[in-house]
Amino acid sequence: MNTPAQTIRIFVPIDAAALSVGAEGVAQAIAREAQARGVAVEIVRNGTRGMLWLEPLVEVETPAGRIAYGPVAAKDVPALFDAGLTSGGSHALRLGLTDELDWMKRQQRLTFARIGVTDPLSLADYRDHDGLAGLKAALGMTGAAIAEAVKASGLRGRGGAGFPTGIKWKTVHDAQAEQKYIVCNADEGDSGTFADRMLMEGDPFMLIEGMAIAAIAVGATRGYIYLRSEYPHAHRTLQRAILKAQNAGLLGDSVLGSGHAFHLEVRLGAGAYICGEETSLLESLEGKRAIVRAKPPLPALQGLFGKPTVVNNVLSFAAVPWILQHGAQAYADFGLGRSRGTLPVQLGGNVKRGGLIELAFGISLREIIEDLGGGTLSGRPIRAVQVGGPLGAYLTAAQLDVPMDYEALASMRAMLGHGGIVVFDDSVDMARQARFAFEFCAKESCGKCTPCRIGATRGVEVMDRIIAGVERPKNIAVLRDLSKLMTDASLCAMGGLTPVPVLSALNHFSEDFDRPVPPSKSLPMAAE
Amino acid sequence: MAGYPAWDQDSAQLIVAGLAHLEGATLPILHALQEEFGHVDPQAVPLIADALNLSRAEVHGAISFYHDFRTSPAPRRVIKLCRAEACQALGCEALVEHLAQDHGIAVDAHSQTSDVAVETVYCLGNCALGPAALVDGELIGRIDPARLSELCAGSDRGVRT
Repeated sequence: MNTPAQTIRIFVPIDAAALSVGAEGVAQAIAREAQARGVAVEIVRNGTRGMLWLEPLVEVETPAGRIAYGPVAAKDVPALFDAGLTSGGSHALRLGLTDELDWMKRQQRLTFARIGVTDPLSLADYRDHDGLAGLKAALGMTGAAIAEAVKASGLRGRGGAGFPTGIKWKTVHDAQAEQKYIVCNADEGDSGTFADRMLMEGDPFMLIEGMAIAAIAVGATRGYIYLRSEYPHAHRTLQRAILKAQNAGLLGDSVLGSGHAFHLEVRLGAGAYICGEETSLLESLEGKRAIVRAKPPLPALQGLFGKPTVVNNVLSFAAVPWILQHGAQAYADFGLGRSRGTLPVQLGGNVKRGGLIELAFGISLREIIEDLGGGTLSGRPIRAVQVGGPLGAYLTAAQLDVPMDYEALASMRAMLGHGGIVVFDDSVDMARQARFAFEFCAKESCGKCTPCRIGATRGVEVMDRIIAGVERPKNIAVLRDLSKLMTDASLCAMGGLTPVPVLSALNHFSEDFDRPVPPSKSLPMAAE
Repeated sequence: MAGYPAWDQDSAQLIVAGLAHLEGATLPILHALQEEFGHVDPQAVPLIADALNLSRAEVHGAISFYHDFRTSPAPRRVIKLCRAEACQALGCEALVEHLAQDHGIAVDAHSQTSDVAVETVYCLGNCALGPAALVDGELIGRIDPARLSELCAGSDRGVRT
């Protein structure tokens, strides 16, 4: 029971998304108000629960559980104290017990179980919430057995390509080399995705633990987290977490006293989307221009500095501690078909309730966007939904009953990618979106292969002509031809998948490619 | 963030020497130089090439490949405005027009005269609370024209509320 002498724990997220809408000011206001009233409070800076429309979400620990308030502004704080915030008192912003909120109750949080609950940089919190159980289990197993367990769990790479993680680990395990590397692809460049960021800011030790397990499995002693520079908050958190992990013997010459060495460093990218492609990422880590490599050789055999390298996404590594703690079958029991386990779905764009939802594969897009998301923020009808980042397809409002899994989306020429969903209302011009897909590719292409380097620029030109009303049927024929060429002949997914959003826009929203021409535009050249 | 020191070849050399032992040291060195001076002066190229046993072309190639590195001094404030799909869905392109009309700022134009530069970035990972921008290392969500005007005026009120 809370007596006046007892310190009350209040949680205010330090996640960048929460900070972006004023969480720092709220934390300061709570500290000031508590001091002025002589109330003893401990302000814990946790990760976000993922209910981002409610940020800043303040929680108070009570005997009944954690009570949530949100979205809280700094100016609300005195009134919240008046209403008895410290004992979970009633107020217009009071949402109830956090764990009982519909958004939380509908999820199956395995990877994100701790996020928003604990202090991200407290190893004691981490241990108290099942942290390190997976690593300890791994230390009692052979490398091959760890790789086998990951394979049996059905875990597929969460970065987008969906390659079975255990098979990759087995390949690196079997390779003979003096030096092997573990590389985490934290270049989360897809618009609409933020699960990696949330995880790195909200539970960095889980990523470190997952990478350490990978290192032990394959016999690697060095690891890098390649983090995009657009994530300065995650950078700070990871650096502090790695330092703490070193001091606690979780990283270093002997991981938890096992004799396995594992040294881990964070490296910053420098604003290049292509670095999400694994071979380009490796080039960048080596200090070079991030030009995509031809495969084979596979990075698993000749990766960083030519050595066998495991390259996995943040979410893939982070799923592993749970798998080793609870067993491969327990993980595989979630999901359906060939999509096993859970998927962290990220809902963003023009949506009323955006955030992160971790669920077993198989929920439909409509349930996510309409039931959980509450429709558009603008209140206008949904017109288009892009799934899987800038290289993912645009779906229509009529197509939203598709379940979220790798194969179901692939059968609609769409892809799951990193699990990002971006919602657009009916003000969107899909011809403009198609043009943007090419423009983005032109800016971000590494330039190695011609279909991508030249094709993207030609794509912008063709779209400009279509939008300007120049010989539309002929230019649409050129557009389809160009798209086929880029799909068939590009070296990597950047050029190869850029036609996916373009063609989905053209096929599903053809009326936008035949709009009346706005006046006073200079006439571009005709199609060649 | 205002007030970077002028480029100094000796302290640049110290920074390069301090990081040259790293595996794949080029990017860490370039980031460290830019953090210190606000930009990577072309004079850094021979320093890095010497320290890492690379050709000058390789170093120049790395600097020019990545969008982050600037080779001329930074303006007082750089606003990195997200223009990827999730922010497009919430009208970031209207903000670009607002900048042009009300502030005479062309996004991605590297004008030496203005003390504010607005640069395009593609995704800041704040896709549920867009439009988003990164200003002096602070992430800002739900940006509207008024907030953007405050940021352009250099008000910290826009950054920390």
